Amino acid sequence: MNNNYLKLMKRKNEIMKKSVGIDYSLFESGSIAFDYEAMMEKVGYSLDEIRKIQEETGVGNTPMYELRNLTKLARSLAPTGKGAKIFLKDEASNPSGSFKARRAATAVYHAKKLGFTGVIAATSGNYGAAVASQAAMRGMNCIIVQECYDSEGKGQPEIIEKARKCEALGAEVVQLSVGPELFYTFLKLLEETGYFNASLYTPFGIAGVETLGYELSQQMIDHTGKNPDAVVITNAGGGNLTGTARGLIKAGADKTEIIAASVNLKGLHMASDRDFNKKSFTTGHTGFGIPFTTVPDRSDVPRSAARPLRYMDRYVTVNQGEVFYMTEALAQLEGLERGPAGNVSLAASFVIAQNMGENQTIVVQETEYTGAGKHIQPQLTFARNNGIEISLGNPIDEVPGKTIILPAHPSIIKVLDLDLDKLRLSLIKNSLKEINNENYKNLTDKDIKFLADETKSSIKTVKNFIKDIAL
Amino acid sequence: MIAKKGDWVRIHSILMEAGNRATGVPADTSNVPYELWDKGFLISDKAEIGEEVEIETITGRKIKGTLLETNPSYGHDFGEFIPEIILIDKQLKAIMGGLAQ
Repeated sequence: MNNNYLKLMKRKNEIMKKSVGIDYSLFESGSIAFDYEAMMEKVGYSLDEIRKIQEETGVGNTPMYELRNLTKLARSLAPTGKGAKIFLKDEASNPSGSFKARRAATAVYHAKKLGFTGVIAATSGNYGAAVASQAAMRGMNCIIVQECYDSEGKGQPEIIEKARKCEALGAEVVQLSVGPELFYTFLKLLEETGYFNASLYTPFGIAGVETLGYELSQQMIDHTGKNPDAVVITNAGGGNLTGTARGLIKAGADKTEIIAASVNLKGLHMASDRDFNKKSFTTGHTGFGIPFTTVPDRSDVPRSAARPLRYMDRYVTVNQGEVFYMTEALAQLEGLERGPAGNVSLAASFVIAQNMGENQTIVVQETEYTGAGKHIQPQLTFARNNGIEISLGNPIDEVPGKTIILPAHPSIIKVLDLDLDKLRLSLIKNSLKEINNENYKNLTDKDIKFLADETKSSIKTVKNFIKDIAL
Repeated sequence: MIAKKGDWVRIHSILMEAGNRATGVPADTSNVPYELWDKGFLISDKAEIGEEVEIETITGRKIKGTLLETNPSYGHDFGEFIPEIILIDKQLKAIMGGLAQ
């Protein structure tokens, strides 16, 4: 392997510390535990501060729609008396076209305050446009690093569109072929430019999403007189879920069920050149959702502020064909044309609503912008041209990378529940691996309490999990 | 085609050769090079496509690579017509029409 590569990777922590301005060691215990809440408090901003920061650049205060026709359709498919009212928070109304503007707003504000002249973010998603937009507003340079092409130089139309948008908003876009070496290029750019690392996973980035949860609660109280019974959140890196849930809790909505939803991409390898263009979703899928849920610190900062398993009550998956279908239904029945990737939680909500009472409410927590490339037609065209078979049928038969099955009728759209206990066990196992503690006898009370918080479980449950692992 | 100094161009470079990729990369990825694409203003007086050139990117960085094209544009669009979608539309309208009555 390349010598420069290894040398640079060795300087990782030093580069990180300089480029995010956070000394993560302050929150470490020396063992598994680290003080998450202290990190969020000391490094982040208060909700009021963030509201002010976001107001300066027109971020947030997005509309809440009641999806009357989709509710009607869901009720027609549900047992008598069932079918919660479905609401949708239209995050596409943010300046850059997605909720990511909230994360970028605080990151870029913070970078400017610390005296950085530019920001860098590694993302093929909506976050790139969000950082570019906020950087333009605050007069800063911006570089977006994208994993974009396979070895034949073919790129997902959705990613090409995001590159275009970043450039339209004044950013330099560094495009790369498939592979985890992206992180190396990212570090190299941070070192070369001295710019701020506008990571998705810093405390200020995640705190930026808290306003989403807070607004959502207030809007639902305005619309219905109470907090929603459930909020469905598309889950990939976990920041959307973490921030929204924290915001809901701060608004007093502590009874609201937090449901994660991802597109099922089972069997596709995320670092595979061959698989790269076999998927039709570049984010919001299980390929990110599951690893980031069970190993939150796999992100581009030493300690991720996105820790979704702390807040998750349920985790469901839907298939690609179902999300495309619901994207079309949202346009046709509600008059809202939005991007497919943002509609993962919509597809899940449509199904979940059918098992809730008529007097209950469920909120689809985001939407994203749509346009050339980032739209059901070009994405399905790209899939078809890559040998993916597209048909109408039962989505349960869909095989990621081989077929996309659009539901032949809305009644056959289903969600699949992931076993949260399995994910919890997996997180604990992964945490134990980190310390190389084979007999698990040196764990402190603090470690156990930390693992309980990390998995939204009791101390007793964690102890039982550890006993199971030891066996 | 010849690019002139100051033209907006797109370049390409290979950062890691095939077989020399990071450890833990899947075999199919390891067997292909790790590549980069970027855009900027041409610094050299003139250059042919395929020549090694230096550019200044929009953030002012100076980088080298192989000249791919001048005045690069975007080719993405709204794709081809997907016949299944219009059937979904038709069915949804029919179901909703039935519910309204």
